[in-house]
Amino acid sequence: MINVSKLKKGIIIDHIEAGHGFEIYKELHLNDIEDVVVLLKNIPSKKMKQKDLIKIETDMQIDMTVLGLIDPNVTINFVKNGEMYKKIKLTLPKVVNGIMKCRNPRCITQYETVKEIKFYLVNEEKKQYRCEYCDAYTTFIEED
Amino acid sequence: MLKGRHLIEPGDFSLDEIESIMQLADNIIANPEGYSLVCKGKLLASLFYEPSTRTRFSFEAAMLRLGGEIIGFDDPSNSSVSKGESLGDTIRTIECYSDIAVIRHPREGTARLVSKFAKEMPIINAGDGGHEHPTQTLTDLLTIRKFKGGCDHHVVGVCGDLLFGRTIHSLVKMLNRYQGVKFVFISPKELRMPENILGHLDAHVYTETDNLDEVIGDLDILYMSRVQRERFVSEEEYLRLKNYYVLDKKKMKNAKADMIVMHPLPRVNEIATEVDDDPRAVYFNQAKYGMYVRMALIAKLLGVEDKK
Repeated sequence: MINVSKLKKGIIIDHIEAGHGFEIYKELHLNDIEDVVVLLKNIPSKKMKQKDLIKIETDMQIDMTVLGLIDPNVTINFVKNGEMYKKIKLTLPKVVNGIMKCRNPRCITQYETVKEIKFYLVNEEKKQYRCEYCDAYTTFIEED
Repeated sequence: MLKGRHLIEPGDFSLDEIESIMQLADNIIANPEGYSLVCKGKLLASLFYEPSTRTRFSFEAAMLRLGGEIIGFDDPSNSSVSKGESLGDTIRTIECYSDIAVIRHPREGTARLVSKFAKEMPIINAGDGGHEHPTQTLTDLLTIRKFKGGCDHHVVGVCGDLLFGRTIHSLVKMLNRYQGVKFVFISPKELRMPENILGHLDAHVYTETDNLDEVIGDLDILYMSRVQRERFVSEEEYLRLKNYYVLDKKKMKNAKADMIVMHPLPRVNEIATEVDDDPRAVYFNQAKYGMYVRMALIAKLLGVEDKK
């Protein structure tokens, strides 16, 4: 087991489904920040068998919407002075504004510049959202 | 109050508001002269980015019969679209000149998008790709009311291209709001009703089949639709599916004596011409009602229905 030192301040994104860690790393643009970031993959877990985990030593604000879309089961721990002071369990957002893109090739948003497209949650299990313009169902992460 | 509102999909209006449009259409049918000047001085912009005969003519005829006038295009290559103008800029410009706009476009969701750019001008969706066609739905509702006495408690067979059929998507969502309506979706498996439409329905209100003969005797209304060449990427696939269903006299023998056959038109081969003389075939009546219901809609959205 690799040991990573205890976080003094920042955010620990825990209980990430194994394999989703890098997706979250990309979507949060963690490559662009200059603070310390640690991505741990395939950590043994009693509950999940394997999980991913991200530690960010930063004061930055996290866009919870993106996290909820990628992996609604993650837990976010907020750390200050080396102590965890807040814990949040994510759920799928009912409405997503300006983050997702419609996958329907016939949707007008594929052809015209549309600043922010709203998507409405229609199926929690399948993580499906409805495009406000064409009503097609879509997911944030491409379905298998 | 419908004045100043947009009609992008049937769900934009309550059942009471739709009923008020139907009643106005009835009044116009009974007394067309009484409404022949209500839109005097008003301009309708007719923006057809995709070919249309019935819808465009019926909107333009509707506005002219209300005493209004029309500007617009039926070929986008003759407009600034060909210069690369965005839809938003087109609509903001059109609003400087027009009181109301009708738009047809091949891309899904276009009418909803342009409605966000219109400040006061009502936008009417005249068909956006395979998505919605709400004024055809108003036409269909008026036809059902005329021939079946109302829209509640019918078994409605919807047959043909259920995947790309925008008139069907709008109609099914609309009829589902009435009491006790059941649907039988009849299509080849490649053209089944999309999940975003089925998502509006409770599982017990519909069944799916590919066999028209087996179910035709159960239906109160049979809504036929064309397999649309323009929605297919593969010509081969279109040719394989285009004559999947052909309603003919033989099939009609098994239908109820009071079942009605509807079709948004244009028809290709899916209804044999020999069915046209059957009193249950009401698709040409639908075309006529389409103009009256659009007159009623325009008058309502412009708030001029009471001005005689």
